[in-house]
Amino acid sequence: MDLSLSTRTVGDRTVVEVGGEIDVYTAPKLREQLVELVNDGSYHLVVDMEGVDFLDSTGLGVLVGGLKRVRAHEGSLRLVWNQERILKIFRITGLTKVFPIHTSVDDAVSATD
Amino acid sequence: MATVELLFSALPNHVRTARLVAAAVARRAGVDEAVLDEVRLAVGEACSRAVGLHVSNNVSAPVKVTLIEDEKKFSIQVADEVPHGPAAAQRNGRGETSGAVLDDAAAEEEDEMGLAVISGLVDDVEVKADETGGLIRMSWPTTTAAVLP
Repeated sequence: MDLSLSTRTVGDRTVVEVGGEIDVYTAPKLREQLVELVNDGSYHLVVDMEGVDFLDSTGLGVLVGGLKRVRAHEGSLRLVWNQERILKIFRITGLTKVFPIHTSVDDAVSATD
Repeated sequence: MATVELLFSALPNHVRTARLVAAAVARRAGVDEAVLDEVRLAVGEACSRAVGLHVSNNVSAPVKVTLIEDEKKFSIQVADEVPHGPAAAQRNGRGETSGAVLDDAAAEEEDEMGLAVISGLVDDVEVKADETGGLIRMSWPTTTAAVLP
């Protein structure tokens, strides 16, 4: 399955809905999307990963890159998912401590901490 | 005995194919369903790393994945043809510009991230490299009888 991306604005947050597989082939598309959003002035991002079936270290690298970019503008990057499947790679790499992780988009959009 | 051998051009879009083939063969070999996601992730990481190495070193040879079914374990070997070792490092270092050095540093970082994920995922893993290329060998135990056709 290829990668699907769509964005919408909720208040001062931009929600990026991601679906499919994020790997060495598709990750550059996600990187482009995040870079474009930050360049356009969206510094508070919520990446909804509920529709993601697969995520590898290349995808993690893109998310970390996105986090660095928004932090440079005192922004935030929050992740949303409920599935165990992609949690393992976050645990192995210790990135569960780096990203705020939420179980719903509503929760992520209203979070302020 | 090698059950399946897969050769693919070092292009990122083929890595998904390698993941699908490896997971399908692992399932048939009797690898636990709960572990198949780990097999997919580990073989994807190993293949992404090999593709990255081939691309950054202009190696036109294909990446080779060997899936081996033994009585009690299922092994995957991912081989690249990028020379490693001091002599190769010296060759690569000649005539580089600062941009190329930066690119190499980024590639190396991704390379190490992939290896870190593999080490975290797989209990039985071995990484070898010499002047003819690198090899990552990983194995998982198989449960009871393999799935019959």
